Amino acid sequence: MEHGSENLTHRGEQHQPIGVYLLVWGLLFVLSALSYLLDYFEVHPLALRRFLIAAFAFLKAGLIVAYFMHLRFERVGLVYAVLLPPLLLLALVAILLPEGQYVAEVRRLLLGR
Amino acid sequence: MQGPIGLFRSLAQDWGADLQAFRVVWAKAMMWIFLVSDSFIFGSFLAGYAAARLAATEPWPEPAKVFALHLGEREIPLLLIAIMTVVLISSSGTMAIAVYHAYNKNRPYTAFFLSLTVLLGLTFVSMQAYEWIHLIRDLGFRPWGNPMGAPQFGAAFFTITGFHGLHVTIGAIYLAAVAIRVLQGIYDRTGSYVGVEVAGLYWHFVDLVWVFIFAFFYLF
Repeated sequence: MEHGSENLTHRGEQHQPIGVYLLVWGLLFVLSALSYLLDYFEVHPLALRRFLIAAFAFLKAGLIVAYFMHLRFERVGLVYAVLLPPLLLLALVAILLPEGQYVAEVRRLLLGR
Repeated sequence: MQGPIGLFRSLAQDWGADLQAFRVVWAKAMMWIFLVSDSFIFGSFLAGYAAARLAATEPWPEPAKVFALHLGEREIPLLLIAIMTVVLISSSGTMAIAVYHAYNKNRPYTAFFLSLTVLLGLTFVSMQAYEWIHLIRDLGFRPWGNPMGAPQFGAAFFTITGFHGLHVTIGAIYLAAVAIRVLQGIYDRTGSYVGVEVAGLYWHFVDLVWVFIFAFFYLF
């Protein structure tokens, strides 16, 4: 596992060929264009359009993190430290979404609009 | 490929290590930790925006209409946002190539692609400034209200895009400083170009945040 300090500091460097970066770059363009076109042509139903837009966003995020930020090539300890904590945000979303709907209902009831 | 048990074993090994958990240079570990904290800020902003949008009783202004540009006779929805997205994705691409050349310790190419990234970043911020001015001056949008619907729109819009624009601006200054250090040969003397990679992490993160802003604020 240990190869001296030089490799220790540069573990993430897998010297990927430049083609990998260009491919990821191209994929990001394609996915962005697809998201934009979904909105432009107002693809129906709305739930499907939103599902695809969200799916493409997470796909793009995965490509950026894995290849541009080289997380794929880092040690598993760092990968987990980076990827697991943001999952807590799902708890925040789970709390806030019903809360927002509740506030809207109360406003309609009490303010009559 | 390791199975889940193998992955868990490596995780336990890494985190159970006595002195050095992550085995990367400290600058890289610190940048990752900073970015995790930053993802909480942007994640909370977007979650708060979702709650505010759900709670609004007035119709939410349609971003496709608000950010439409007129080309001759036709009105093209979100055209400026689409161009901004292309510019920011391209800046992420040039940054990745700068890091690639940094791995090969190629000083002029690294500096060139870093400078190109800075230029694209500044282009993005300029277009955002134009967008803000157009929205505030021509369309009458304010953080507390607007003529097109729910007043919460402005609060969410100016907070989220403003904070992201600030990140891009700081990133452009940061990358310019790194490019100067590359040109001065500082990384050649220390023998490690990892500073370029760390700066790249920050820049890619800014692009990553825009991916979610583009999807959830502009397209949803």
